[in-house]
Amino acid sequence: MGLEGRWRDIDYLLTRQGNVVGPGFEPGPEIREFLQNDCRVLVVGAGGLGCELLKDLALSGFGNIDVIDMDTIDVSNLNRQFLFRMHDVGRSKAEIAAQRIMQRIPGVSVTAHHCMIQDKPLDFYQQFHVIVLGLDSLEARRYMNSVACSFLEYDEDGQPDLSTIKPMVDGGTEGFKGHARVLIPGVTPCFECTLWLFPPQTKFPLCTLAETPRSPAHCIEYAKIILWPKERSDDSFDADCEEHMKWVYEKALARAAEFGIQGMTYQLTQGVVKNIIPAIASTNAIVAAQCTLEALKMVTMCSTGLNNYMMYVGTDGVYTLTTPYERDEKCPICSAGVSYEVSPSTTLQQLIDGLVADPDLGKHLSAPSVSYGSTNLYMRGALEGQTRHNLEKPISELVDGEGSVIHVNDRKLVSAMKVRLKFNGTNGHMET
Amino acid sequence: MAVVADKSKRYDRGIRVWGAHGQEALEAARVCLLNAGPTGTETLKNLVLGGIHSFTVVDGAKVTPADLGNNFLLTADGLAASRAQVATECLKELNESVAGSYVEESPRSLMNSNPDFFRHFTLVIATQLSEAGAVTIDKICRQHGVRLLLLRSYGLLGYVRPSVPEQRIVESKPDSKVDDLRLSNPWPELEAYAASIDLAGAEDVLHSHIPYAVLLIKAAQQWRQEHDGQLPGSCAERTAFKDLLKSWQRHIDGIPLEEENFTEAVANAHKVWAPPTVSSELRAILEDSCAAHITQQSPSFWVLVAALKRFIEQEGQGQLPLEGSIPDMHASTQQYLELQRIYRAKADADAAAVEAHARNILEAAGRDPASLPTSEVKHFCKHARYLRLVRCRSLAEETEPASCRADSLRAALSSEETAANAALYVLLRAADRFHATYQRYPGSFDSEVEEDAALLKSQANALLAECGISGAGGSAAGGVSDDLVGEVCRCAAGELHVVAAVVGAIAAQEAIKLLTGQFVPVGGALVYNAMACTTSVFAF
Ligand SMILES: [Zn+2]
Repeated sequence: MGLEGRWRDIDYLLTRQGNVVGPGFEPGPEIREFLQNDCRVLVVGAGGLGCELLKDLALSGFGNIDVIDMDTIDVSNLNRQFLFRMHDVGRSKAEIAAQRIMQRIPGVSVTAHHCMIQDKPLDFYQQFHVIVLGLDSLEARRYMNSVACSFLEYDEDGQPDLSTIKPMVDGGTEGFKGHARVLIPGVTPCFECTLWLFPPQTKFPLCTLAETPRSPAHCIEYAKIILWPKERSDDSFDADCEEHMKWVYEKALARAAEFGIQGMTYQLTQGVVKNIIPAIASTNAIVAAQCTLEALKMVTMCSTGLNNYMMYVGTDGVYTLTTPYERDEKCPICSAGVSYEVSPSTTLQQLIDGLVADPDLGKHLSAPSVSYGSTNLYMRGALEGQTRHNLEKPISELVDGEGSVIHVNDRKLVSAMKVRLKFNGTNGHMET
Repeated sequence: MAVVADKSKRYDRGIRVWGAHGQEALEAARVCLLNAGPTGTETLKNLVLGGIHSFTVVDGAKVTPADLGNNFLLTADGLAASRAQVATECLKELNESVAGSYVEESPRSLMNSNPDFFRHFTLVIATQLSEAGAVTIDKICRQHGVRLLLLRSYGLLGYVRPSVPEQRIVESKPDSKVDDLRLSNPWPELEAYAASIDLAGAEDVLHSHIPYAVLLIKAAQQWRQEHDGQLPGSCAERTAFKDLLKSWQRHIDGIPLEEENFTEAVANAHKVWAPPTVSSELRAILEDSCAAHITQQSPSFWVLVAALKRFIEQEGQGQLPLEGSIPDMHASTQQYLELQRIYRAKADADAAAVEAHARNILEAAGRDPASLPTSEVKHFCKHARYLRLVRCRSLAEETEPASCRADSLRAALSSEETAANAALYVLLRAADRFHATYQRYPGSFDSEVEEDAALLKSQANALLAECGISGAGGSAAGGVSDDLVGEVCRCAAGELHVVAAVVGAIAAQEAIKLLTGQFVPVGGALVYNAMACTTSVFAF
């Protein structure tokens, strides 16, 4: 049976001129053809947000979607990950999600990648027009951020080269609250620019756990952090193993009883051990739909785009706030190069030590390698022997002078951090 | 047993948000959906996943190709079949413990022929009804005491309107709470406990494990004695108060020992002079006439509010019942647990006093005083400071010129923050009038989009004029901008999937609030503006 007229509603938006549209919007049937045939979108994560994103993208006209997720389906996913059924438990999220979307929406192609995001080469990520993140961890977000920013290049005037921008859309939820944000490397802030948006995790001091427990959570952490390594040193703890979780619960329960602490439950034990962030279908759906809408706007310009962060709070009525966060001009991941002041006589070794000790830059570094243009100044691994002699040389002998940009690589980074050297005056003067 | 275990696993993440009692309320909910477009099916999808009891879909349409372009809960195989039936089958697949049924009839005809049909439901979700249809279903639901959510997805505009005469909320679950510690006005047991701890005589380990609450009670007491009974008020005084705390720290060779409890005391010193307050919302609830006249029919919420009022006037001496829980504090286990016990005991005593008032009130109203379980009174007292009440006006009151709140509408149209979304609200209503006049929505035909824009604008102006709001015509004085009129015509009442998904998901959150009695539902019309990624709530 024919499906003529299937895209009627989305076509109103794509084929008619509007008054509130993005720059350069030219309505016409070509836009949907582009979405269906040529545009490539990647969904990172096939969980609560991912399932919604896949559905929303497919029903917004995107015809070629890839999805990557290393996880398998768990019973506790079924309250929100609507593409999965009880009999799917244990199977690949990415693969089942892709199948279900293609079964339901004729003509849409979804390619599943059941692996870690780190398993894919940079080329893989390069092929997409837009990347949509449905992740629940900061670490994974930072990794994808460094991937997207690694493609970014700047011209001589320090302006981002538009053809190298890999835009991303990110969503996240907790209970009745969520956020959607647009990341255009070089234009809007990247995750590293606004790391402070992510609250730090609470950690209990060890002495509290060992000596003065006061709450069920203290007893649970004690069982997991102190008792497990002591009593089961041969097993590595696995939070997804029910026997392990029950063991921690029993031990925590005994400790709570010993100290007279009330309120210990198995549910709480799981929550503390796995750091469970409560997730529900509705909030995921709000955030994923907003993210999809932004991806659609970004690709088609059919309406004005989000600048650049939207917060949603559904606990007391409904409250939303859009905030134009600003880039950190000194961001080592997305800026044209962080300025770093050194004396020209500083040796390469001293420079490297200084970078690692720097409060801003050091957090991205553990054992950096340094290059300048195509020259390896100091490399870890196989080239270490060949480059070691440079460590003793003053930096002014290794680069072309004031304003030179060196590339600092580290296993903590996906792509090089660009550091613009600024020679500090007094020592420079003495040298000349 | 296996079923129960599976359920607690399956619904674990939701239960962490609304508790086992919230989940029970959801599992008892019978939901009726009017119209199985994407707005409706997305709302139900989110609720079926959460584990409601059952749903019934009312829709008289057949599945068309355009449905397959915006609705995930229909299948290509179902083309030309009953939309209610196909949607019901797809929804049932999502959760085998939820029962689903359908009625193949248009909502309008069912409302007219059998209004009693709706009385069996806990919640009715009415989607994509025109204003006239919405007013009708609102009347039916109010008559039967059934909660109602009205939803629209219209191009890049979304609309969510709960309609409940009165939502009484005990567990409003505010994002931030101030600890209820009574540091500057301890009750006798707490005061005695603080006095029993001898700061000067304590050996070092004990000294560094005295909970900060005790340190602050002692400091507040000493400060008052030295300052005519006053608490620190000015900035300088507050600094001096913190210095007083620091002066109690142990020293070795003039260097203060690291005592974490003192660090915490200094960081929490504001709790002495800034205790939790009584919000304007709670004040209004206490003064509400429902609490002044307890009858045979009064819900237990109002009985308890009346009892709460008596408690505040009598035993509480102006204070609410103690909440009873305390935050973690650096302390020895034994000291902390003792402190915890003292707070709990006081909370229990306060709740018992409230309970006694409640029983007297029930008796006076000719009701069984034992009908109110102690657990409910305790629960109420624990949350008393954050009670909330939401009353939605009926849709007829909101839309009829004689009763609509024209001043609020005028203000919303002229405030920079809400002007666009208030204009969208007006345009949605104007589009319904357009439809009533021309039997089509504006922008339905490519060739008539511009002409329709002019007609839509005059409908909007007529609506504003009826409410006594002039100055329409896109001027700064209010009214609707031509840009937005154009955008509303551009989308021709299309139901975009993403907009429907947002509306359906906001609606599911609101439904969960209405069904569990937790969190605070929207008290008016919520407008979602997908162009600007904003929302506004209007109580017109
Ligand atoms: Zn950055």
